[in-house]
Amino acid sequence: MRTVTFAKRTLKEILRDPLNLFFGLGFPAVLILLLTAIQSNIPVNTFPLDGLVPGMTVFGLSFITLFSATLIAKDRESAFLTRLYATPMRSYNFILGYTLPVLPVALMQSAFCYLIGIILGQKITINMLYATIFNIPISLFFIGLGLLFGSVLNTKQVGGICGALLTNLTAWLSGIWFSLELVGGVFKKIAYVLPFVHAVEIEKAVFLGNFSNILPHFLWILGYMFVVAIVSVLLFLKQMKKA
Amino acid sequence: MLAVKTENLTKKYKDVVAVNNLNLEINKGEVFSLLGVNGAGKTTTVKMLCCLLKSTGGNAYLMGKNINSEPLAVKEIIGISPQETAVAMGLTVKENLELMCGVYGLFGKKRQQKINQLSNQFNLNDILNKKAAKLSGGWQRRLSIALALVGEPQILFLDEPTLGLDVIARSELWDIIRGLQGKATVILTTHYMEEAEALSTRVGIMKNGNLIDVGTPTELKEKAQEQTFEKAFIKIVKGAE
Repeated sequence: MRTVTFAKRTLKEILRDPLNLFFGLGFPAVLILLLTAIQSNIPVNTFPLDGLVPGMTVFGLSFITLFSATLIAKDRESAFLTRLYATPMRSYNFILGYTLPVLPVALMQSAFCYLIGIILGQKITINMLYATIFNIPISLFFIGLGLLFGSVLNTKQVGGICGALLTNLTAWLSGIWFSLELVGGVFKKIAYVLPFVHAVEIEKAVFLGNFSNILPHFLWILGYMFVVAIVSVLLFLKQMKKA
Repeated sequence: MLAVKTENLTKKYKDVVAVNNLNLEINKGEVFSLLGVNGAGKTTTVKMLCCLLKSTGGNAYLMGKNINSEPLAVKEIIGISPQETAVAMGLTVKENLELMCGVYGLFGKKRQQKINQLSNQFNLNDILNKKAAKLSGGWQRRLSIALALVGEPQILFLDEPTLGLDVIARSELWDIIRGLQGKATVILTTHYMEEAEALSTRVGIMKNGNLIDVGTPTELKEKAQEQTFEKAFIKIVKGAE
């Protein structure tokens, strides 16, 4: 019950921040609308909706990391966590309480992007549901990053690392805006070592029903998800000892 | 019965000794103030007693429970209001209280009773639905202490409870702390000498990690042969150099 109590608080804090709602739901939606408007005025198929929407579900998740890390960093700075560390709450209550409630928020964000796609004329298919489900491990990766950064950075640093660096890495190294084949070389190699492009490839493939293409990308994401989960839990436990 | 007993409690950070062989006994029901200049080791001591920091030597017992081998049992009987205003800013006053009730396993009727009791005790009824972030510093401190009492602690740690508050807010908090005397053992750290004198049954003075004197405010004034407690404190601290 302690985990549930703490998880409810996490959810309230995240959903009550208007900036979170803007960046979590509004910003990806605005980008989809804007790029679709641009697409309608250019002859080349640069931002096809069936690539843009799945990509944007992944880009939006980088903000989930920001929300999560900011909340944890704030709690550390305000000594709110110090207070709770002196209660009978166990470490798993904190870790689950910080991460689990963020998952439905992430999935809602993903579903919202597909809803925008439908409004813009995409056909409703079961693949939208599958794509949202396949967003679970991707979301867990980004949520894990939130726990990781929130455990080691202060609020200002979280703003820089998650708000600027991570969102840009997710944007530019994921193939959402342009094909990585066009750039090629080292840029492409780096992009394929990082998880972002694999996340977008999974979403695109599932959305288009090309399930046979997802396995290698899925393994990359699972690998990153587990590594980030282990590292973030270790770092969270470490900062608990320094309260 | 002793509420707190420390035996050579020590905390070292590489070359720095933050708390050095602390031997302290605090009786049940006391309001005990830990005084000292910055870096004296007060907060480190409180953190070790609250099982927030591991000691590097010695031991301590809270109501007979060992901080090193029974940290969960210790956490069941303590409450802490940290130096910083440690409340959930995005939640209302009521939601903050509900959160702490959940942490201590109070739900349903018991939760409502506890919220009613603390709201009355701390005059929170008019601000129950106000977000904590919108409260003044004094009300946030008041809420912070109320949160520390949700679990009905036998030992309550108040780390600089009136830091930065205006005279009125401080006076109101003093009344609250006085009201706790006898109900729980209160361990207070403060920089305000008048606060320590007004509230404490006994005072412990720390310097450079060492406990250099313990006594009632009157005893310490007599010992230092000073009229005011502040002068006595200064004399004792300087005399320990």
